[in-house]
Amino acid sequence: MKASQLKPETFAAYPPLARAAAVQHLELLRQLPITFLPLLLKELISYDIKFPAERKELDHQFRYLEAMDATALRKTMSPFAELRLTAKVEDLDWVNLPGQFAEQLSAHLWATRQIEAFRGAVVEYVNAMNAARGEEPLAAHRLGLVVIGHGVPPAGSWQVFRKLRPHGAHYQKVDDRAGYETILKAIAARAARHPEPFAHWRVEGGMPGAFKADGLTTISYAALTPVRTQLQARISKGYDTAIGSEALRSALAKMKPEDVGLSADLLNHFQLSLLTEGSGTQIFGTTFVQWSAREIWRRAQPMTLLARFTERQKEDGSRELLSEARRAPALDAEGSLVDADMGAYYTWLNQQRLPGAARAKFLVWFENHGQALVIAPGIRKGTASTEPVELAKLVAEVI
Amino acid sequence: MGQEIGSQREIAQRIATGRRQFLRTAIGAAAATTASAGRVYGQAALRNRKAVVVTFGGGARDDETFAPDGQENIPHMLKELLPRATFYSQVVNRGILGHYVATASLATGAYETFNNFAAVSPDNPTVFEYFRKDLNRPMTDAWVIAPSNGFNGIGESVHRGYGKGYGAGVILPKRLLKAALAAGESTRLDHLLRDNYESPVLAPEISGNDFKLSQMADVLKLSVANFTAHARSLASPDELSVYIARQLMRQLAPSLLWITLHDIDIAHSGAFSLYLDGIRRSDRLCAELWQLIQSEPEYAGKTTMLILPDFGRDSDTDPGGNGFQHHRTGDALSRTTWLMAMGPGIRENVVIDRPVDSTDIVPTLGARLGFSARYSQGKALVELV
Repeated sequence: MKASQLKPETFAAYPPLARAAAVQHLELLRQLPITFLPLLLKELISYDIKFPAERKELDHQFRYLEAMDATALRKTMSPFAELRLTAKVEDLDWVNLPGQFAEQLSAHLWATRQIEAFRGAVVEYVNAMNAARGEEPLAAHRLGLVVIGHGVPPAGSWQVFRKLRPHGAHYQKVDDRAGYETILKAIAARAARHPEPFAHWRVEGGMPGAFKADGLTTISYAALTPVRTQLQARISKGYDTAIGSEALRSALAKMKPEDVGLSADLLNHFQLSLLTEGSGTQIFGTTFVQWSAREIWRRAQPMTLLARFTERQKEDGSRELLSEARRAPALDAEGSLVDADMGAYYTWLNQQRLPGAARAKFLVWFENHGQALVIAPGIRKGTASTEPVELAKLVAEVI
Repeated sequence: MGQEIGSQREIAQRIATGRRQFLRTAIGAAAATTASAGRVYGQAALRNRKAVVVTFGGGARDDETFAPDGQENIPHMLKELLPRATFYSQVVNRGILGHYVATASLATGAYETFNNFAAVSPDNPTVFEYFRKDLNRPMTDAWVIAPSNGFNGIGESVHRGYGKGYGAGVILPKRLLKAALAAGESTRLDHLLRDNYESPVLAPEISGNDFKLSQMADVLKLSVANFTAHARSLASPDELSVYIARQLMRQLAPSLLWITLHDIDIAHSGAFSLYLDGIRRSDRLCAELWQLIQSEPEYAGKTTMLILPDFGRDSDTDPGGNGFQHHRTGDALSRTTWLMAMGPGIRENVVIDRPVDSTDIVPTLGARLGFSARYSQGKALVELV
């Protein structure tokens, strides 16, 4: 099918909100090149299960493109239009299976050495689109909080915050006897002050515990164990049947929350995507927390994100790593600290990619080890302090 | 877009410059522009020359290796190997960044374009075919040790002028071990059989030139019982590969041996600590192989050793990736890597900054061993020939 042949009924299989948006923007869609259009449809087809921030971004993208006259649109799309495709790729059902089209397109671009041209086109397009959007003021600064080191013995050899130290102030004598609850109470209060859907998140490597707060969206690696064990069984079966890596990934990507006993709401769609699209999220809690934090920043763009890393299971053979259903895994606390430290750095990097980065604040706490690092406007970068300070005071500074 | 590519080149240059600065500090390496090899490697000895190539499937980034913070992970390469080596600080891979197809491209000297996850043979002649056909060598003189299923087509291409009968023997240690283990025992040695689902391990098993368990006693002089007993003492698949390499070198002393290490690719699981462990292990294993070359009379004084990652990994700053975990963005860091070359006639403690291509490996081997890599897209590295 050619883009110019698109009609309202072409989108009959789309979910209601996605279908309505497709029909609304049909005139634009008909003008887009085949190397770009299915990628836009890949976003559009999941409109009904997108977070508010993602919908806003997609709506902006349509406005951005529709504000152009035909010449400007042609010019904007020309780097994509110049890419060469084969009939085999073009003939895929890119309207109803845009995700599969994207996989094939990617393979084709790599094989034909057009991936750099494509990459350049995407970067240029996204930069121009973001520049046209401007920055919407946030109700409060964005805040990232990361907790690392759960279960780590007192005398470890790893120097924490290696990557983050140049960007913030390192507090080396933190009175953290009040513990994790200090942070939980503070973000609960923040969520109550700025109540918006999916604006305040808590990601836990372990079980969330008894603390509950309205306005906090909570996800937990440990709480998802029943889902993960089902996925582990599927992956193991993939090993047994030699299904092939690509086929396995495609099969996982097609899964719906109902397939693993979850209701089909937005949060469950998101949680399942973390486990089916993330690599290693099914077996390592540290990977799950890092990847979740990345995806929450990228997709939900919240005001507050708390990520707490706990111990991941010890490295083992593939079969053993995928066997949580039959045995409780042995844990690797020291390795997990290294993972979490890097995860904290990536969480900060991803936070800084969002609008409002200049006002954003970040705190990482080495749990029960008396160390924390703060990055915030006005904080002197690359400094270290050995003055005693309470964790509650540091939290109050960033909250 | 032109600007983008330009900036990618600049980034690659900065990576190379960073490596050189670090190497200067660490080992006092001299920077060379274009200097030829030591020229002590005369034509007369051509027939006796040997080569061992070690690739890291699952590249390691500068941040975790040659940058100041990473140096603690590669003590053997820094202290034992670099002083003996000519080091290329900017090896660019312009092909598909998937481990099998990229390793196949390294082995053919031409960018292969097949599906990374398909169990197929390369289109272009491999280094093993050039070597065996041009120099009339038997199959026992060229071997590949590769991580597992999926790499079994790498020893021999489908090229009409070469192909069947000219390839290398391929040993897949994990497959051998799996076959050697009694039922129920595989669980205990599962750590040696591990792979991640980003790798071609899930490809259907096909038979090809790969080495069978039944050949082990004849060729490697190793009983199945001894093999499995030794395997129990090892910590990782790469240790198993190097163990097999050692047996092969002692029993057959092949002139061309290609070893693909793969432990580093645990990075795809997102566990940074395990990725670092993989780098440290690869560092140690490379030094062990070099020591073996120096101590075995069949190899000492006549063997070229090349060490290089097949490609890099994504940078922390590219929003399209997830840092060290993958190599999906095609950014400069994921395409730019390094090469360490050691052996007779190769200048020691030298850093070459100019960009070279990962397809240059095969023509370079051709120039050193005496065959023509006529279908390769690369050029012999003048400093090594």
